[in-house]
Amino acid sequence: MQPVILTTATRYLMPMLLLLSAFLLFRGHNLPGGGFIGGLVAAGTFILHNFAFGVQETRKLLRVNPLMITATGLLIAMGSGVVGLLTGKPFLTGQWITLPLGKGEGLHIGTPVTFDIGVYLVVIGATLTIILALAEGE
Amino acid sequence: MNTLLVLPILIPLATAIACLMAWRSRTIQRIIGVIGAAGLLTTALILLATVWRQGIIATQLGNWPAPFGITLAADLLSAIMTVLGSLMGFTVMVYSLGSIDRRREAYGYYPFFHLLLMGVSGVFLTGDLFNLYVWFEVMLMSSFVLLALGGEKAQLEGAIKYVTLNLISSAFFLTALGILYGMAGTLNMADLAQLAKATKYPGVATTLSMLFLVAFGIKSAIFPLFFWLPASYHTPPVPVSAIFAGLLTKVGVYTLLRVFTLLFIQNPGYTHNLILAMAGVTMLTGVLGAMSHNEFRRILSFHIISQVGYMVMGLGLFTPLALAGSIFYIIHHIIVKTNLFLVSGVAHRLQGSFDLEKLGGLSLKAPALTVVFVISAFSLAGIPPLSGFWAKYILVLNSLQIESYPIAATALVVSLLTLFSMAKIWAGAFWGEPPDSSTSTVAPPSAPNLFTKAVLYGPMFLLAGLTLTIGLMTEPFMALAVRAADQLMDPAPYIQAVLESRP
Repeated sequence: MQPVILTTATRYLMPMLLLLSAFLLFRGHNLPGGGFIGGLVAAGTFILHNFAFGVQETRKLLRVNPLMITATGLLIAMGSGVVGLLTGKPFLTGQWITLPLGKGEGLHIGTPVTFDIGVYLVVIGATLTIILALAEGE
Repeated sequence: MNTLLVLPILIPLATAIACLMAWRSRTIQRIIGVIGAAGLLTTALILLATVWRQGIIATQLGNWPAPFGITLAADLLSAIMTVLGSLMGFTVMVYSLGSIDRRREAYGYYPFFHLLLMGVSGVFLTGDLFNLYVWFEVMLMSSFVLLALGGEKAQLEGAIKYVTLNLISSAFFLTALGILYGMAGTLNMADLAQLAKATKYPGVATTLSMLFLVAFGIKSAIFPLFFWLPASYHTPPVPVSAIFAGLLTKVGVYTLLRVFTLLFIQNPGYTHNLILAMAGVTMLTGVLGAMSHNEFRRILSFHIISQVGYMVMGLGLFTPLALAGSIFYIIHHIIVKTNLFLVSGVAHRLQGSFDLEKLGGLSLKAPALTVVFVISAFSLAGIPPLSGFWAKYILVLNSLQIESYPIAATALVVSLLTLFSMAKIWAGAFWGEPPDSSTSTVAPPSAPNLFTKAVLYGPMFLLAGLTLTIGLMTEPFMALAVRAADQLMDPAPYIQAVLESRP
């Protein structure tokens, strides 16, 4: 028996919350925000889904084991540090490139951003591993 | 140079990630685990060789110059500890292949084992006090998981005590860091060392040093802060208690050595004499506790406490030779103690018990195990020419030289009592008649196959061989310890290496 208001509201809220989490993630480079808080919001989104539809549905929605999300995040974060090493600088030294977008415009992207994306994934994965295990234990 | 200092942290991390990725496959995790641990050991040896040849090396993470960024630095002590940590990681990893049950393997034993190693390497290599705190937490989180993994009742009981006491210790550490940062405005150890020499407030520095002493004292289980250790170390599976026994308290001792040679040297008459007194009482309580027990791993746990007393004793005496004795003692102790825990695991496998009264006759049943035990136990007790003898010899010799008679007497008496309780294990478990099998409730496990035998005995032989080597060819190891101690006594090159290191 699923509460109608909650399920309906969740359907509308989820995309917005995920968008908000991505916004927080990228805003964090220079302003308050970042991978950790963004990851928590994203994990919160899936937890809301879990309340509305149950654990089985949330696992189906995620498709992958949350543990794999954690592992991928760790790998990305570690990889962003190693990029610095490969250029002969110390571990974690920021490396930046500008992706050309045409018309003289470019996207400035660097390893601090990818590191933060790694943190984002680790937080989502770890939080969901814990919460889903607890939800299943009920 | 940059890479070499980061690798002991990166390799275990990469191994843990790979093990997580291979979550469903036990076999792949085992293979990755062994390769990762071997890689870590190799890197650590290269690091030690480099530091021996080139002196102290340092790197600034993220290319932020010290004291603003996070520094990684390795002097000889750090390098020695990293080698020991990775050696224990490798041997216990191999031993785990034959002794960790499937359920624990399925719930992430290998990833967390490697995260623990990452934390330990991080503690040894960092040159920044706050970063040290972070590595402590990495190490503790992983150790909480390893301790509680499996969820047996006794394990959880031990884990609760362990977690509580360690959180209290972390709280002390964090408080001390806060005050220190408020006072000095920096947490880079080299930078602090410079400030510490010229501090206007030696009284505050001494007060702070007491906060650090409590925080690290809990971690390294010195008197009167040791009681979490014997309550928890005998509860998890043998490989877990072996790696804990070998490494975790010694991480505490390492931090004590570091801060009380680099930062808090304003008032050694107070701080170091206090440490010396604590060391004496630690030795005594540890060994008395061990005498009153009859369970294999409990006896060994109490001996850890007693032995930590010896390591801290060198710091309390605070002479170059005594510090060298401490470092030599750590080298000897980590190897021997881990090995004894590994022996207890095989004894348990053969007889189905850790209780000395239910063991017995192992010398006939498992002669190889007996040889390993004899070497390790008598080394622990300090019988010449094994490694423990030299370690104790230097410490006692030095305390006599500087006329610190009470501590020398304590060390000698404790040594005798250690021999007594090792003899107790010998008489209970190895000598004598095998227990009456009709009264034993646990059926002896089926005979292990060749692979299991190899992974159980291989690490023990390696460690026993090392103990013998250190005992019979003491010279190079002693030279290493002396040089490491000299570096500790004269912090100027360390400060220079950290503050002037440019990528």
